Amino acid sequence: MAAAAITFASVLGLSACGGGGGDTAGGQPSGGKQQVEVFSWWTGPGEADGLQAMRQIFEQQNPGQTFFDAAVAGGSGDKAKALLASKLQADTPPDTFQGHAGAELQGYIKAGDLEELNFLYDELKLQDVFPSQLIEQISVDGKIYSVPVNIHRSNVLWFNPAVLKEAGVAGAPKSIEEFLTALEKVKATGKIPLSIGSEWTAVHLLESVLLGSLGTDAYNALFLPGADWNSAGVTKALEDFKKIMSYAGDPQDDWQPAAKQVADGEAAFNVMGDWAYGYFHNPPEGGLGKTSKTDFDWAPSPGTEGTYLWLSDSFTLPKGAKNRDGAVAWLKVAASKEGQDAFNPKKGSIPARKDADQALYTDYLADALKDWSADKLAGSIQHGVAVNQPWLAEINTQVGLFLGTQDVAALQKGLADAAAANAQ
Amino acid sequence: MRRVRAWLPGLLLVAPSIVAIGVFVYGMLGWNFQLAMTDKHDEVSEGEFVGLTNFIGIWDEARWHLSVNHAIMFTVVFVAGALVLGWFLAFLMEKGVRGEGTFRAIYLFPMAVSFVATGIVWRWLMNSGQDERAVGLNRMFDWLGLPQWQWFRDPDWGMAAMAIPAIWQMSGYVMALFLAGFRGVPEELREAARVDGCTEWGVYRHVVLPLLRPVTLSALIILGHISLKVFDLIVAVSGKQVITDVPAVFMWVAVFDSHDPAKGATIASYIVLSVAVFVIPYLIWSVRKERRP
Repeated sequence: MAAAAITFASVLGLSACGGGGGDTAGGQPSGGKQQVEVFSWWTGPGEADGLQAMRQIFEQQNPGQTFFDAAVAGGSGDKAKALLASKLQADTPPDTFQGHAGAELQGYIKAGDLEELNFLYDELKLQDVFPSQLIEQISVDGKIYSVPVNIHRSNVLWFNPAVLKEAGVAGAPKSIEEFLTALEKVKATGKIPLSIGSEWTAVHLLESVLLGSLGTDAYNALFLPGADWNSAGVTKALEDFKKIMSYAGDPQDDWQPAAKQVADGEAAFNVMGDWAYGYFHNPPEGGLGKTSKTDFDWAPSPGTEGTYLWLSDSFTLPKGAKNRDGAVAWLKVAASKEGQDAFNPKKGSIPARKDADQALYTDYLADALKDWSADKLAGSIQHGVAVNQPWLAEINTQVGLFLGTQDVAALQKGLADAAAANAQ
Repeated sequence: MRRVRAWLPGLLLVAPSIVAIGVFVYGMLGWNFQLAMTDKHDEVSEGEFVGLTNFIGIWDEARWHLSVNHAIMFTVVFVAGALVLGWFLAFLMEKGVRGEGTFRAIYLFPMAVSFVATGIVWRWLMNSGQDERAVGLNRMFDWLGLPQWQWFRDPDWGMAAMAIPAIWQMSGYVMALFLAGFRGVPEELREAARVDGCTEWGVYRHVVLPLLRPVTLSALIILGHISLKVFDLIVAVSGKQVITDVPAVFMWVAVFDSHDPAKGATIASYIVLSVAVFVIPYLIWSVRKERRP
């Protein structure tokens, strides 16, 4: 079974990276150079460019090392994670791999796949340059297992100003109640009030609604041991979710077509992470080439102003990596100001470091950078900060079932059971 | 010695494949069933034997019921649709269409396409957008003034829509099977029936169809086992969404998202058993038939 799964996953993986030779062993000297196999899911426009920018810095600083790009295509790393699981099981890890910082890494940590990185944090004094709440949310028993490269925001409400004006909505709604009123007004114009993508985008919306309805502290408490998912507050939040979802248009294939409906003026609102900014703003072949503030605009999702629902891509140091020195050298670049400032403007995210060069971040990113330093932090569910992978899979199942049944009580029970089984 | 000489070379010839099948098919099957009967619910734990706990426990999960119902609906629509359409195409061929070779090739071609490619094309064709947002089939229906559908996103009948691409893909193959069957019916039998005053419909009803029973059964088995294992088509059309969940997709989620090997193995076991329900009676039947003189 495991062997069959491995073969199958490698087939998927190979077809996904176009025969990129994901199985080529790292650490093989090629022309006297050591190879570092860097495993990620950054293959899209923007993110792949950012990775190349970091690669250049890495190869300049480490003339003895060559960078081997073992990227596997697929949004939020679904296929990459499946291939990675089979590589780890077969004890042939890449030299370093991308993972969402936070609880997503718990499984790898428990399986003993990762080396702790406290030595690197001490050596580079990273505790001083990353926000303390971030360090706290990614530590497991005082140990840190990854180096965050960037920060994304999940609780962003994207909207089309022209559609709002047509519907007589004054501006971005500040609370869930205002949001519902605005959705109703848009509905009257015949436009799609809220665009939505495949099922995971509904879970993405749910985390913003939970945060907006419960408030930051109650939201963060949901992920502590013994948390109460049966509370009346959660019931209220899920009822809000149901009401909001009743204004959703036809589900699109993924988040991009859903975001595009807002950009094209077919829909008024979309809740999506701030990677959507690059999609809206970048020139065609990679983006929609829209003008910010006129074609599209943004605000914190309703009821979440002052809170940064964050997620972060990070790199790890797998145990048994063939080229450990090369991997550590890569992590140093990923942690450095220079590396993060090269990567993030291209990827459309902000650096995890507090000492970024502010001039590099304009328009949406300037807003994000300002909020990141001032806001309270809450961890994303769908993007691996707050819940581990089995928990997340169960939440996705429950939300998927809910979309069919519309049964709030069953959803709440399902979520409570998932929390009881997985919180630690 | 002479007797050994008679069977030994033959055995040596097939031994590699017996060993390979023994290890990679039956060995893996055994390993899977063994894993399904443990409590190895993450990758780290050793896994103690728990008997049939997992097999029973999974029936408490709403998602499992949903995926089983989906698999049944998909199988019924797909198998019936492909059989009827394949039979009808073969019937037309048999009645002597001009340019039969061309038509045969056209209907068989979809077989050469992978389910993934089929799925990606049909994802667009079966887009659920309607009216001004319609594309694919809905656009055509809109233009023709016909009702538009949610297709695979329909909460009740979505899996029936999901069977359409599978029917499109496999009915040509069923046609080829039936055509061979039709051609295998001796002309004398038909003539004898006609001489006895049988109508053309009666010839088919009482002479040809009964003789086609073995072909129908083969087609049923082939389609049935493809259908119960279906994974690639579903993933290509809709990804791993709950709304189109089937056991094979649930198995993928259990192994790679939930990181629960025992649950994945349990679902895999159920898939194997459900296919066995189709295949084993067929094997018994065909072995019996071969024994008969």
